[in-house]
Amino acid sequence: MLRWILGGREANSSVEKSPVLCIGEEQPKNWFTELQVLRGHFDIVRFLVQIDDFRCASAGDDGLILVWNIETGERLQELRGHSRQITAITTLNCNDGLMSHTFLITASSDRSVSLWDPDTGNRVQTVSDLQSSVKCLLVLERLCVWLSGGEELCVWNKDFQLQCHRQNHSDTGISALIELPKNCIAAAMDKEIIIYRLTFSTDSSMSLSEVYCLTDHQDQIRALINVVDGVFASGSHAGELILWDAVDWNILAYEHILWEESQPCAQAEIRLKAPRHSEMSIQHLTTNGKLILAAVGSGLYVYSLLTRTVVAYRKVAHDSNVLHTMLLSDSELMSCSEDGSVRMWEIQDLPLPDEHASAGFFGMWTFSRTNKQTGPPTKKVIEVPNIRTLELTGDLIGHSGAVQMFLSFRENGLVTCSADHLLILWKNGERQSHLRSLALFKKLEENGGL
Amino acid sequence: MIGSPDVVAFTKEDEFGQTSPEPWSLPEEFSIPLNPLADSNPWAKTSYAKFSKDFILISEFSEQVGPQPLLTIPDDPKVCGTFDLNYFSLRLMSVDYQASFVGHPPGSGYPRLSFVEDSRVVLGDSKEGAFAYVHHLTLYDLEARGFVRPFCMAYISADERKIMLQFQELSLRFSQASECLKAGNRRAFAKELQRKLQDLEYTHSVLQREEGLHREAGPQSMYSTHAVEKANELANVVKSIFEHRDLLRQISSYHGRPRRDPHAVTCQRCVTEALNECEQLLDNKPSSHTDKDRKQVDGEVHTGDEEQVEEDEGDGIKRKPSYIPQLIKAKSAKCFDKRLKTLQELCDETFYEATMELLKETERSFRGDLCYLHTRRLDKALRRRQRVTNFLFEEDLGDDADDEKGVLRPFCAVNHAAEDYRLVNPPPIVLEPLPLELDCLDPADPLDPASETSHTRESELGFEESLMDSSASEQTLETQESSEETKGSFSSDKSGKCLLEKQPSVASVRSEPPDPDSDLTPDADHNTDLERESSSEDMETTAGEDEGDQTPVSLLEVVSELDVGKDDDGEKVSSKEYERESDLLVPIDTSCCMAQEGFLYEASPPEPNSHLRPNSCSQTSQASVVNQEPHSLLPLQDDYFVGSVCSESPAARQELSTGHLGDTVSRASLDDGSDCTMSASTGSDRAASPLGYGGVVTLHHRKKAGQGALRFVRQYPFAIPALWCILSGRTLVVLGADEGRVRRLVAALALFVPCPGKYGKRVQAWLSFPFALTDLQQWKLIGLQRVASPAGSSMLYSLSRYSRYISILDADQKTLRCPPYRGQLLANIADHRTYIRRGSTYFLHLQSTFCRLAAKAFLFTFTHHFHLPLSSAEGPEVVEGRRRCFLQEQLGLSEEDSQILLYLSQLITQQYLQPSTGGSAAAAPCFSFNYTTSVLYKI
Repeated sequence: MLRWILGGREANSSVEKSPVLCIGEEQPKNWFTELQVLRGHFDIVRFLVQIDDFRCASAGDDGLILVWNIETGERLQELRGHSRQITAITTLNCNDGLMSHTFLITASSDRSVSLWDPDTGNRVQTVSDLQSSVKCLLVLERLCVWLSGGEELCVWNKDFQLQCHRQNHSDTGISALIELPKNCIAAAMDKEIIIYRLTFSTDSSMSLSEVYCLTDHQDQIRALINVVDGVFASGSHAGELILWDAVDWNILAYEHILWEESQPCAQAEIRLKAPRHSEMSIQHLTTNGKLILAAVGSGLYVYSLLTRTVVAYRKVAHDSNVLHTMLLSDSELMSCSEDGSVRMWEIQDLPLPDEHASAGFFGMWTFSRTNKQTGPPTKKVIEVPNIRTLELTGDLIGHSGAVQMFLSFRENGLVTCSADHLLILWKNGERQSHLRSLALFKKLEENGGL
Repeated sequence: MIGSPDVVAFTKEDEFGQTSPEPWSLPEEFSIPLNPLADSNPWAKTSYAKFSKDFILISEFSEQVGPQPLLTIPDDPKVCGTFDLNYFSLRLMSVDYQASFVGHPPGSGYPRLSFVEDSRVVLGDSKEGAFAYVHHLTLYDLEARGFVRPFCMAYISADERKIMLQFQELSLRFSQASECLKAGNRRAFAKELQRKLQDLEYTHSVLQREEGLHREAGPQSMYSTHAVEKANELANVVKSIFEHRDLLRQISSYHGRPRRDPHAVTCQRCVTEALNECEQLLDNKPSSHTDKDRKQVDGEVHTGDEEQVEEDEGDGIKRKPSYIPQLIKAKSAKCFDKRLKTLQELCDETFYEATMELLKETERSFRGDLCYLHTRRLDKALRRRQRVTNFLFEEDLGDDADDEKGVLRPFCAVNHAAEDYRLVNPPPIVLEPLPLELDCLDPADPLDPASETSHTRESELGFEESLMDSSASEQTLETQESSEETKGSFSSDKSGKCLLEKQPSVASVRSEPPDPDSDLTPDADHNTDLERESSSEDMETTAGEDEGDQTPVSLLEVVSELDVGKDDDGEKVSSKEYERESDLLVPIDTSCCMAQEGFLYEASPPEPNSHLRPNSCSQTSQASVVNQEPHSLLPLQDDYFVGSVCSESPAARQELSTGHLGDTVSRASLDDGSDCTMSASTGSDRAASPLGYGGVVTLHHRKKAGQGALRFVRQYPFAIPALWCILSGRTLVVLGADEGRVRRLVAALALFVPCPGKYGKRVQAWLSFPFALTDLQQWKLIGLQRVASPAGSSMLYSLSRYSRYISILDADQKTLRCPPYRGQLLANIADHRTYIRRGSTYFLHLQSTFCRLAAKAFLFTFTHHFHLPLSSAEGPEVVEGRRRCFLQEQLGLSEEDSQILLYLSQLITQQYLQPSTGGSAAAAPCFSFNYTTSVLYKI
């Protein structure tokens, strides 16, 4: 009746016998041995944002923003005000000389944007009756303004006064915003990336002008991130990963991830029936400056900026689409997925590299600046001798719905939020036990004995 | 009646007692409990009791029929068996030491209510084999003679020592009940008075009108006999009104009066409420009244006040629309024709109910023999000091935790919140040497239930000594305030007489010369028998007298008959008449008392202690006389440290103590897993609600579960890893298709769940839907329904999904899937070849093992350097190494066994850091786990 999958770690894991990867119960590298379930939301929790070292805010489809103390698991504040789901959340730092104070900006599909003080739970500012709901928010600390992107792009100052705005003609609206050098902003809009420039006129009024339009993606852009100074990356639904020069907006690298199965594996056949696009759609991009981690369908894909090559990948890292990823270090990464699990990976050198030479089924096109948009891409199967493998080192199972996002507080723990309305705080049991012992002896001392 | 040898009153020891070298001056370690030699079979003396178990009897001294039993608690005819309640009521009521002063002191014109303090007495009836704690109280009844109705509540047991040793507790509880009853009675009395006043006012108005008519009709100068009669009647009514208002004032002044009774603690809110009520009554009434009164005073024969009267009447109706005043007939029923109010009618309904509840509770809490009570109390006291760890495996102490800690929580019938109780330190006038506080307990003989040597420790001072000086001759019943004194002095006499060999009172030892009758003492058996016979005969005669109380009654009747001639207002006696009545009554009472005293002094002379000492053993064997002073039952060590090794389980001790008492009990008990150590009466009341239904898990349940646990251990070879899972905090899911089997398994295994919580919240006996992570966090033992239908697949999914957090015991296929266990710790308690055959024994075995575990966990938790570095130079590895060293080498625990200890330690830490489980509502509990592979155990 019960199928106990005692998944030992497979050494040759890049060639997967089973599409479902299971690590089993013995996970010596997994130090999350304690958890705390945080209840409070009534609907899918989609966003987590870190406020400071010990606080985070969660927001989701119930329109609630909850502020948590991740050390104790206490719910510190409950920010109510939005009547519909939250579509974007970000933090806003206000530096008034000595003290830096963090505020939260939230956008909701009730077409309002609010500024909250997470210390008091007050709604400091709010703008309602926007023309459209805001899909993304971007704070430009340097310029003391923040931008809201939806069907229109608006620029606000910190007092929530509209500085300027720009109507878009696209139906889809802006799905992502990043800051570029020289007061430029890149906005992802369907298949295009539009570069805007923010100019300050003499009377300190601002204006927003469209500078350039990058139309190299074949499909809808799903992810847009800054990688390092001067480089940003975008990923599309069709599995294209493009590295751009942030100054002159040229393509630095073009990587097309094709998970096309050619192996006549029975399980793979079944899997092929799944929509192809979602299999290679780049859901999420993350970087630590050296590596770019792309969540491609249910797989993971590590791209090195240095070598401009794929370092490691795993085609089926999860049972379902990967929703959020994070690079913990140069060799450790973490991903969460619709299958309700969070997995921790390690980039390991392959014991037998030659075994995997033919394993990759992806195409890579490298474009020089000159042959951009021209010429048929020369497909070459990469034969990288130093390709490494992504090894599953642990998984966190607790959520019964898709894990939307997670937020790491390093040694203090990890917060995951999920479609099952819960947040789970994963902690190091040993560390917690040590902290409890400290508290115990402190209390003992205060009480003067038992 | 006073001198009855079976009656024992209580004295405190006096300073003279301390001077003589007594056994208690021995160092503690040498003091041996006195062994009742001739009484080696503790069950012998109870053999002739005619009732099966202890019960509470409420009797009254009816002015119509004399002493009569009213009700018993429990209200079951089987309880009393062939025991003659009527006879015993007579005995009970005959030892009423309340100074029931009736009538009014010479100075005042109005009848006075006597405010009597309750009296407490222990009475033994050797013939019936019954001993009783008797609590006398007086209730007020407007229609009763002297407005008082004497009642008594008695706790009747066949075991005198039980009564004696529980005296303080009994006294406390009965005082609560009595206070409650009296509070209700005062309310009812005030209400009755109010109605009566309304009646009287109405009567008054009617009479006035009639008189006015008469006067108008007749010529001014001459009065018809009828008019004179009317005028007299009117005057009587007026007087009656005054009297009743005075009574109302008296009853409302009740609370203001200083109480002598240390146990008489009343709920402050009740008191203030009652006061307000009374004040309202007083204010309301006379406000309309006084002007009327004034008018009456102005001119008693004044006429033409019809309007005024009408107005008053209107007022009266307006004020109390619920009650329509009635015309009081001049000639009312004779007091012996009328039906006396029952106890219920005398009290406010809620108060009556509350009292009954209280008494039932009392009866329940005193079930079981002395040994059981004692061990239970010892155990409670020990566990109370062990708050840090006792939540792990001990059942909840319940809410009776604080009533033995010197806090006299006033019982409140109306359930006024507990917040307004105050800490009442029993004043030094306690009738018992040992105060209730645990901390003041005798450090000696913590395990000796009898500890006879310890009870004379405290010298009581002041008050009582002066009483001793005042000696028995001062037994005149002067004022109602003297009730306590009277009691005291009676007591002192009694103590002399009644073999209180430990407590030679001044009165008996010093001031009383040896009686001539003391010659009889050598033939102690015979003597006491004789005495007993005679005393009970006395009782009978007294009772006869009482029953044939006709003497005063008939006189009264005569008097009232005589009075009738003068005025028709027979019921509402004029003050003159009243005086006469009380004149008649009081002397009779006193003479009766005197006669009895005299008689008693002659018939059963106090035997000097010098004679008694040598044959105290034979005396004891008689068991007719209570030969010990009551003392508190808790001789505990002062410095009992939390978590010390002697923290045994209650049950274990209980078993032990019965064990050394003899095989009789244990043989009598059946091995059905039920509580074998108690008599059938104990514990049987607890509703046997199965585990996991949200009911309070009691010791009884746990013992019952012992049988199931034993069966499990014998039946399943993988019991050890299963128990290890539970003990180390890994949730165990019992999977099965048959609900009954799963429930039984869960109930058995629930015994092993650490920190089960008061309502077994850690256990879910039967679950038929898939569980989630939060459920795993809450429940440590889950009974899960195996469903074959597609619905079951989601359940299987959750099982496999969360398989790293759970162990699964398949009840149908008899498999267990859990991490492998290689420890030795649990072999002791889960040996399937165990020689233990009975569930309760196994339970005790478990308890002792758990206690040891808890002690180890305590030690581990609170040893600083197992968790924290000694110096900043030490890294976490050093601490870790030290911890491992302690667990493995010093405690000899394997890796898996250490997990048990770590889990228990974690629970202790959590409990210590947030005693109110859960802490702040926001912080969710933590859930620890580890990543280990599981193996499948098969049968």
